[in-house]
Amino acid sequence: MKAFAYYNAKNLDDAIAVLSDGGGQSKALAGGTDLLGEIKNRYVQPDRLVNLKSIRGLDKISYSGSAGLKIGPLATLTEITQNKDIKQKYPGLAEAAESVSSPQLRNMGTIGGNICQRPRCWYYRGEEYPCIRKFGGTCFAVSGRNKYHCILNGGPCFIVHPSDVAPMLMAYRARLAVKGRSGEKEVAMDDFFVLPTDDSTKENILQAGELITGINVPPQPPNMAGCYLKFKERESRDFALVSAAVALELDGEACRQASIVLGGVSPVPHRAVEAEQILNGKAITGELVEKAADAALADASPMDENEYKIPLTKTILKRAVLRAAGVGV
Amino acid sequence: MTKDKNKTLLSMKVNGKPLEVMVNPTWTLLRVLREELRLTGTKKGCEQGDCGLCTVILDGKAVNACLVLALQAESKEIETIEGLGKEDNLHPLQKSFIENGAVQCGFCTPGILMSAEALLRKNPKPSVDEIRIGISGNLCRCTGYSKIIKAINAVTKK
Repeated sequence: MKAFAYYNAKNLDDAIAVLSDGGGQSKALAGGTDLLGEIKNRYVQPDRLVNLKSIRGLDKISYSGSAGLKIGPLATLTEITQNKDIKQKYPGLAEAAESVSSPQLRNMGTIGGNICQRPRCWYYRGEEYPCIRKFGGTCFAVSGRNKYHCILNGGPCFIVHPSDVAPMLMAYRARLAVKGRSGEKEVAMDDFFVLPTDDSTKENILQAGELITGINVPPQPPNMAGCYLKFKERESRDFALVSAAVALELDGEACRQASIVLGGVSPVPHRAVEAEQILNGKAITGELVEKAADAALADASPMDENEYKIPLTKTILKRAVLRAAGVGV
Repeated sequence: MTKDKNKTLLSMKVNGKPLEVMVNPTWTLLRVLREELRLTGTKKGCEQGDCGLCTVILDGKAVNACLVLALQAESKEIETIEGLGKEDNLHPLQKSFIENGAVQCGFCTPGILMSAEALLRKNPKPSVDEIRIGISGNLCRCTGYSKIIKAINAVTKK
């Protein structure tokens, strides 16, 4: 491991100043469970780690009926799973956080870090592969092994976004407070992630020195039903092969408004707009959901080894919608 | 204590004892426990947070010591397998592992015991499914999970 300095940030502005300085050679450290893996694999070699946990108050979770849910970026995934307001009002988010890895990693890993985690692509993670995401070279998945890669929006890089929490937050139409040297802004999660066609070296819009300072989830209507389902290759703990985050505003048997975001299929959490449009304003039936699932995957373009993700995604989408709507099949 | 300009003083509590140790910022908590403090009961495995061999309890919560930088443990309380029981005074979980044949090669055992201990403190009467989730971050490559789960379950019945 290359030597690095360790700096305890005094406050948010101090962290931002230190991280902005030095041409991106400083890295923000929250739980560290993703970053340390990258440093150990030697393709990330920071000069300095800026510890954010020394900043007080960034791990708070609060809820009010008028303002909705406010989550500090340093809240751990365990804290998300145990929070009463989240379990009651945003059950899909508790499910998504609970589905992340192991107790050990949920105890250290933060929600901000989970949203900003780097891809699990084995070429990206392997120090011996000068891949397009690391160094702007080539994508080895195209002619290599691509079982876990994307089936939508691929090229020139074919990663999938690994977060479980991000699709569910997006389904609940969360917004992120982002602070940098030039000030603070709020970004809808729908506008936070970046496709490789726009930039194949980063997964989101954050610039060096910018940090997520809050995750704001709007109050949900009382008849909102949310759930998060994921297929894993290994049942005990794994990243999603594919996943579905669903939030339905119900009106009796009808779905007034559907919000559906898929994980494991695209380089970013993927909003299934076509599926939402099919469900909006109609009574949820097995047949309708079947149609919505077909529409969501109509543009899928699988690679050599991941065609299986198409039926798998359709199934998880159908199951999640039916479960949220409380419709038995 | 020798002076080294690359090193920083780390203060933490390990198994109830406050201590100070000079650490390099790149060192993990696992390295400090094993190499500096010679607490080698905590095992080193994948070093990527996959296997759970290095599980210790940090401020009451199970964590992978391989993915915690030593300096992240500043002012924290760490518990390792050495603090769980003594040879002549075993912890109930340790006794139960022996009674139920839950130890094969033994390499995963310290990590699993720490995960189980963290679970039982929070949830003294877990269901079998909750036990499974509680140790889902620990791999046993002898694959002796049935007896491990049985051993943990037996403790909760006492």
